[in-house]
Amino acid sequence: MLLGCSGGPACLLWFGSSLGQRLTVALTVVGSGLGLGSLGVAIMQPTPPTWHLPWFLPWGQFAIALDPLSVMFLAPVFVVPALGAIYGLDYWKQSEHPASGRRLGLFYGILAGAMAMVVIARDGVLFLIAWEAMALAAYFTATADQGNPEVRRAGWVYLIATHAGTLTLIAMFALWHRATGSFALTGVAMMPPAISGTLFVLALIGFGFKAGLMPLHVWLPGAHANAPSHVSAVMSGVMLKMGVYGIVRLTAILPGPALWWGGTLLAVGAITGIAGIVFAIGQQDIKRLLAYSSVENIGIIAMGLGLALLGRTQGRADWVILGLGGALLHVWNHAQFKSLLFFVAGTVIHAAGTRRMDLLGGLARRMPLTAILFVVGAVAICGLPPLNGFASEWLLYMGLFRTLSPHETSALAGAAMSAVGLAMIGALAVACFVKLLGTVFLGTPRSPVARQAHDPHAAMLLPIAALALGCVALGILPVLAVPLLARAIGCWTATPNACGLSIAALAPLSRVSVMALSLCGLLMAATLSWAALSRLRTIRKACTWDCGYARPTARMQYTGSSFAQMLVGLFSFIIWPKRYEPQVAGTLPHATRFGSVTPDTVLDRLVTPVFDLAGRLLPRLRVLQQGQTQYYVLYVLVAVIVLLWWGAMGVQS
Amino acid sequence: MNNILLHVALLLFFPPLLLGVINKTKAAFAGRVGPPVLQTYFDLAKLMRKGMVISNTTTWVFLAGPMVTLATVLLAGLLIPIASFDAPIAFTGDLILFAYLFGLARFFTTAAALDTASAFEGMGAAREVTFACLAEPALFFALLVLAKASGSLSLTPMLHGPPGGFGMAAIAPFVCVGIGLFMVLLAETCRIPVDDPNTHLELTMIHEAMVLDHSGPLFGVIVYASALKMFVLGAFLLHVILPWHADVAWMNWPLFLLEMGALAVVIGMVESLMARLQMTHVPYLLVAAMLFCGFGFILMVR
Repeated sequence: MLLGCSGGPACLLWFGSSLGQRLTVALTVVGSGLGLGSLGVAIMQPTPPTWHLPWFLPWGQFAIALDPLSVMFLAPVFVVPALGAIYGLDYWKQSEHPASGRRLGLFYGILAGAMAMVVIARDGVLFLIAWEAMALAAYFTATADQGNPEVRRAGWVYLIATHAGTLTLIAMFALWHRATGSFALTGVAMMPPAISGTLFVLALIGFGFKAGLMPLHVWLPGAHANAPSHVSAVMSGVMLKMGVYGIVRLTAILPGPALWWGGTLLAVGAITGIAGIVFAIGQQDIKRLLAYSSVENIGIIAMGLGLALLGRTQGRADWVILGLGGALLHVWNHAQFKSLLFFVAGTVIHAAGTRRMDLLGGLARRMPLTAILFVVGAVAICGLPPLNGFASEWLLYMGLFRTLSPHETSALAGAAMSAVGLAMIGALAVACFVKLLGTVFLGTPRSPVARQAHDPHAAMLLPIAALALGCVALGILPVLAVPLLARAIGCWTATPNACGLSIAALAPLSRVSVMALSLCGLLMAATLSWAALSRLRTIRKACTWDCGYARPTARMQYTGSSFAQMLVGLFSFIIWPKRYEPQVAGTLPHATRFGSVTPDTVLDRLVTPVFDLAGRLLPRLRVLQQGQTQYYVLYVLVAVIVLLWWGAMGVQS
Repeated sequence: MNNILLHVALLLFFPPLLLGVINKTKAAFAGRVGPPVLQTYFDLAKLMRKGMVISNTTTWVFLAGPMVTLATVLLAGLLIPIASFDAPIAFTGDLILFAYLFGLARFFTTAAALDTASAFEGMGAAREVTFACLAEPALFFALLVLAKASGSLSLTPMLHGPPGGFGMAAIAPFVCVGIGLFMVLLAETCRIPVDDPNTHLELTMIHEAMVLDHSGPLFGVIVYASALKMFVLGAFLLHVILPWHADVAWMNWPLFLLEMGALAVVIGMVESLMARLQMTHVPYLLVAAMLFCGFGFILMVR
C-alpha cells in the first residue's frame, strides 16, 4: 500500500524522460489512478500510515505520512492534473508547440509530484524542498509561452512573490526548530504564546503568498492569465490549495491558539473574498477574471478556517466542525469548478484566439456543449443550489450563524457579521459570472473570430464533462464527502469527537440533497409543461425587439465592461479604475474613443512603484562592484576585520 | 395536512390578487376607477393563450430564465411559514437556501436578458445584479437578527419566535429590520421608488427592461413568478412587522389575507405618493436599508 502511495508521485516524476506526449499523459493518468487507489486503501487503515527513509542531508529526515487531512488535499492533486494532461493533448499539441511542449510536459509532471510530496511530508526540510520544487516547476510551466514579453513579466512577478513567501517559510521553520528542537511536523504540547503567535503570523504570510490572500495575491492574476489553460487550472484548482494546506497543517500542530488568530483569519478571509470578487468584476480578460475569482474563493476558505480556529479557542466544537468542514469541502469544490472554468476558458481561447471578453459573444450557439458545461461551472462557483458550491457555503453559513448562540458574548457578533460579508460575496459572484456568461456565450458575436468558433474534440470536452459531473454529484449528494471530512476534522483537533457532535447532527446535509432533487424536479416539471404548451402555440422567430429599431448590430449590445460599470463605480474605492474619457465638444464632435481598465491596486499602484524606485536608487551601490578581483578580496579582508573586531567587543561586554 | 393544502393553494392562487389590489389603490389615489381587482388573472389567462415571438439570437438560456424563476420562487414559497402555521418544508439551515434560491433566479433572469443582445435588456440586467449586491447584505442582517431573537436556524421557528413570543428586547431591532426589509421588498419586487412597472421608457426600467423580449406564455410565467415573489417576501415581512396571531388557529388564515391585502395597499400608497428615484440614487436607498438592518442587528446583540 505504501508503495502505491509513493508510486503515484514517483510515476509522475518519471515521465520527464518522455518519448511522446501520449506516453507522458498515459503515465500521468496511470500514476494518478495508482495514487487515488492508494488513497482509498489508506482511508481504510485505522491509523494513518507513516514512513521513514534514510536521508542524506545533515538536517531533517525523510518522513512522510498519510493522515485524513493529507488525503483531503491529495485527492484534487491526483484528479485535476490527470484531467489537465488529457486536456493538454489537444490544447497544447506537441506538434504545434515543438519547443515548449516537452518542457511543459516535464515540469507539469514535477509540479504534480511536488504537490503530492508537499502534502505528505512530515518534516520541515523535506517540506521546504518539495515546496520549492513545486514553486519552480510552476514557474516553468506557467512561462511555457516564453516568447511573449507579457508572459515573461508575469513569470518574474510570480518568481519574486513565491520566493518572498518561501523566505518567510524558511524563517518560520527555523523558529519552529528553535522552539521544538526538531524539524518534525508533529503536534507539540506546549509553547510560549509569543513564539506560537510569531509562527502563526509567519505561516499566514508565507502560505498566504501561495494561497493568494489579499494583499499577497499580486502574482496570481498575471500568472494565471498567461499560463497555458490546463496549467492555470492546476495552479488555481490545486496549487493555491497548497497554501491553504500549509495554514491548516500548521494550525493543527501549533498548541494554544489565541483568540486573535481566528479573528485575523476571519477578517483577512472576508476582505480577500470581497476585494477578490470586486476585482474580478472589473476584468476584461477571461482568465484574469477567473484568477481573481480564485482569490475570492481562497477568502471563503480562509473564513472557514478562521471560524474553526475561533471555535478551538472558545471550546466550541460546532464552530470547528462547520467552519473547517465548510472550508475543506470548499477546497474540493473549488478544485472542481475552477478547473472546469479554466478548461472552458482554454477551449474558448483555442476556438476564438482571444482572451478579451469584449471581442467574443454568441458562443453558446457555436459551442453548445461547452456553453452547457460552462453554465454548470458558473452556477456552482456562485454557490447556488443545487450544485456543490452551495453545499460548502451552506456549511460555512451555518457555522457563522451559530456564533450568535445565546451563551456567547456579544464581542463575537463580529464573527456573525462575516455571514453578511459572505452574502455580499455571493451576490457579487452572481454579477461576475453572469457578466462572463453573457459577454462570452450569449448575445451575438462581436468580432469575426468569435463567429468561426466551434466545439472542441472529445479530448478537451471529456475532462470538462468529468468535472461538471463531479460538481453535480457533490451538489446533490454532499453526504458523500462527510466520512472523510469528519476524519479530517478529527485529525485537525481532538476536541470535536469527544463532544459527540457530528456534521450530520449540526447540519442536515441530507435535506440539502432532498431540496436539490426537488428543485430539479420542479424545473423538470416546468420545462415539460412548457414543451407541451409551446407545441400548441405559434412561435415566430424575429430579430430582437430593440424598442422599435429593426436593425440592431452586435456593437449595440451591452459589453462586459458596460455591464460591470455600475458595480465598478460603487466599489471604486477598492479598485481605482482608470478611465480614458473623450472630450466631446462642438455641435458635430469628431469620432473619439472611450476606454476603461482595472489595474491591480496592490501590484500596479504599490508594489511596482516601490520596485521601480528601488531600481532607480540601488544602482548607486554599483560603485562597489568594480569587476576587479583585487577589490573583492579587499572587501573580504575588511569584512573579516570588522567581524573580528565585533566578536572581540562581544567577548569584552 | 389541511393547513399544508391551504398553504399551497394560497401560494398558487392568491399572488396575482396582490397586483390587482396595488393597481386599485393607485387608481383610487389618482381619482380613477382603475382595472378590476382580478385584472392580473385575466391578463395571465390571455397571455397563456397567445403565440410567441422569440428573438433569433437566443438559445436555451432565454427559456431557462422564466422556468428557473418559477421553480425557485415556488420552492422558496414552500419554505416560508404563513401566519401561525408551519411551512410545508422546514429544516435547520433552510434560511440560507431561501436566500440563495432567489440568487439562482437572478442568475438565470439576467442571463436570459443578456441572451437577446439588446442594449436595453443588458442595462436592466446590469442594474438588477448591482442592486442585489446591496439588498443581499440587508436581508442577511435581518436573518441574523431573527436567528438571534429566536435562537433557531430554521425559518419556521425563526419567524414564529421562541415559545413565549419574541421578548421586549426584540422590539427596537424589529422596528429597524421591518423598515429595512420593506425597502428590500420594494426593490426586489420592482416597485416605486426603485423601479416603475408601468413606465414606457425602457431606459429607466430595471425588471421590465430585462423581459422586453419575452412574450406570450413566457411573459405570463414571468408576471406570475414576480407576483409569487411579492407574496413570499410579503409573508416574510409580515412576520417581522406583525408578529401576533389570533388564539383560534383557523382565524389566522383570514387574518393573514387581510394583513397581506393591507400590505398591498401600503405598497400602492407608496407608489402613489412617491416619485421614482433617479437611477443613480437607488443605491443610497438600498444602503439605507442595509444600515437599518445593520443597526437592528447591533441593537439585538448589544
